[in-house]
Amino acid sequence: MAGHVSIRDVSRRFGAFTALDAVSLDIPAGELVALLGPSGSGKTTLLRIIAGLDFPDTGQVLINGEDNVARHPRERGVGFVFQHYALFRHMTVAGNVAFGLQVRPRGLRPSKAEIKARVAALLDLVQLGWLADRYPSELSGGQRQRVALARALAIEPRLLLLDEPFGALDTKVRKELGQWLRNLHHDQAITSLLVTHDQEEALELADRIVLMSQGRVEQIGTPAELYTKPASPFVLEFLGEANRIAGVVGEGGLVRVAGTGDAVAQSIDPGHALAAAGQAVTLYVRPHDLLLEARADGAAVVRSVKVAGAFAKIEVVLADQVLTALTPLHRLPSLHLQEGSRARLVVAQGMSFPTQGAGGSLQFAAPRSFAMA
Amino acid sequence: MSLADSRPAPASSLWGRLRGQRSILPGLGLSLGITLFVLSLIVFLPTAAMVGDAATLGVGGLVHLLATPRVLGAFKVSLGCAALAALTSAIFGLLIAWVLVRTRFPGRRLADAMVDLPFALPTSVAGIALSTLYAPNGWLGSLVAPYGIRISFTVIGVYIALTFVGLPFVVRSVQPVLQDMEAEQEEAAHMLGAGRLQIFSRVIFPAILPSLTAGFAMAFARGLGEYGSVIFISSNRPGVSEIVPLLIVNQLEQFDFAGAAAIGTLMLILSLALLCGIMLLQRLVRSGRHG
Ligand SMILES: Nc1ncnc2c1ncn2[C@@H]1O[C@H](COP(=O)(O)OP(=O)(O)OP(=O)(O)O)[C@@H](O)[C@H]1O
Ligand SMILES: [Mg+2]
Repeated sequence: MAGHVSIRDVSRRFGAFTALDAVSLDIPAGELVALLGPSGSGKTTLLRIIAGLDFPDTGQVLINGEDNVARHPRERGVGFVFQHYALFRHMTVAGNVAFGLQVRPRGLRPSKAEIKARVAALLDLVQLGWLADRYPSELSGGQRQRVALARALAIEPRLLLLDEPFGALDTKVRKELGQWLRNLHHDQAITSLLVTHDQEEALELADRIVLMSQGRVEQIGTPAELYTKPASPFVLEFLGEANRIAGVVGEGGLVRVAGTGDAVAQSIDPGHALAAAGQAVTLYVRPHDLLLEARADGAAVVRSVKVAGAFAKIEVVLADQVLTALTPLHRLPSLHLQEGSRARLVVAQGMSFPTQGAGGSLQFAAPRSFAMA
Repeated sequence: MSLADSRPAPASSLWGRLRGQRSILPGLGLSLGITLFVLSLIVFLPTAAMVGDAATLGVGGLVHLLATPRVLGAFKVSLGCAALAALTSAIFGLLIAWVLVRTRFPGRRLADAMVDLPFALPTSVAGIALSTLYAPNGWLGSLVAPYGIRISFTVIGVYIALTFVGLPFVVRSVQPVLQDMEAEQEEAAHMLGAGRLQIFSRVIFPAILPSLTAGFAMAFARGLGEYGSVIFISSNRPGVSEIVPLLIVNQLEQFDFAGAAAIGTLMLILSLALLCGIMLLQRLVRSGRHG
């Protein structure tokens, strides 16, 4: 049975430093949740507390409704995969995987033959059967990581905690292992909590993302929710690059760039109190939502055009602000943009986070008068 | 999607092996030459001279000399006490290293420094201190004297003196390994359900075993050669508590140079054999771990 984790008001201080500040969150049984956040935001600290390797100063961690410090790790059924593998160096791969079964008390310990069969099955699962007799020092990083995973799975955990399991691997192996983990998660009755500081990994793999910053939870939601409805500029900027455009709201919710007066966007909710005329706003716009149109009277000047894989990256200067636009490479020729050429700039989609009022965000689209060629 | 890894590359070419492993360290040839020169000057030459001296006795004379009860007794005392003392050092040295690394108590640094005392102390001073301490009227000796146990001036005293000089070898070889051990391995074992005892016996102990055997070997070798502290605490009775190094000195005092050399040669062979045995054991323990 997969585990349901509920974290209530957990705080953890190291001396005067608050590593976790009243963190509360629920991880429904069977979900794969990504714990995402910048370095030092408290991800490892939270994971260790859930694992019972560290203890909160205040608050509790409940696994299936039970306080998890009350039980021996053996009964808790929590698997932990360490960031740096932490394999037992003097044991073979098979020995590492068998460890959790071998240390069980006599009554609960499977027979030697059963352990052997289980280890073989687990190694097949992580596709490392042929390395069973090797020592950890004789494996590659990705292989070690999979051994660590097999070792954690040997005790049939209801909850699997992974601390940046793919952090030390190259992008390709990381993607493969990530997909593989996702499939594994679906095949087993298990709840997984995956720590990562790679937003792409979190967006791709997780059912739900918990975004942390400075020991607090910034936002919890599905990848789509976090990406399309970020609760704060921090969330928005953490989940991908974004341009900031300083502007002023004019009549009809039209946003004009501060300085040039160019109309670049329009509020989709012009009746909103915070979209009232005269209001200064900071528009957050993803590079692919920034549209450019070559025009001799345009206010933006192209600074550089670079090809980056499937996209072209165009840097423009608009009223002293440097902005980045991304456009599919095949569309680049039809844009007729070179270094130094002038262009009109339009926001296809953007948002702002008013500081006054109840927070939340305002959504913006291209001005209604604008029709893309 | 496939994660199947490619098999490891075939072993390096024959040519590569014939030429020997290339090394990135500069001046390997020169430093190797100097090492061999110094080694032969201070180890090989004296040893050869001693073996040559012993050879003057002839095979019959050698066997006759070495089979005397006094010589056999001395070897028994030396080997037995050194082995027992090294074993004791291994056990308590491990304990001391553990406490020094894993616990924090006031005076820990002082205790840490005191471990080196047997290294620094002139052995004769240690011998006098120990024999006074363990004499029937000494602080410790008087505690066991009522039960008819004598420590100073018996083989027990020899054993204690050898333990004293052997202890720092074990502590100093185990301590750094314990210090460098990742806490994560223990945490991993804990998460997998291992108890404290299991974590120690299955995770920590195997990791420090190589350094422990190295410490044991050094303590043992030191015990075989120890002279200064032993002659003070032992009654030095031939065949009972006389150690081999003392026997050699006694032979020399009687101007029996060939006899002394013969005993010395036997000692050398025995020590070498023992150390080789320990090294082999250690290699067995380590095998696989470093590929
Ligand atoms: N044992 C400790 N003593 C003191 N401070 C600590 C300790 N452990 C963590 N911290 C501090 O708590 C903060 C959070 O650390 P944590 O390891 O949870 O970060 P993280 O989110 O996992 O970061 P990363 O992505 O770099 O691994 C950091 O500022 C760190 O310095
Ligand atoms: Mg971390």
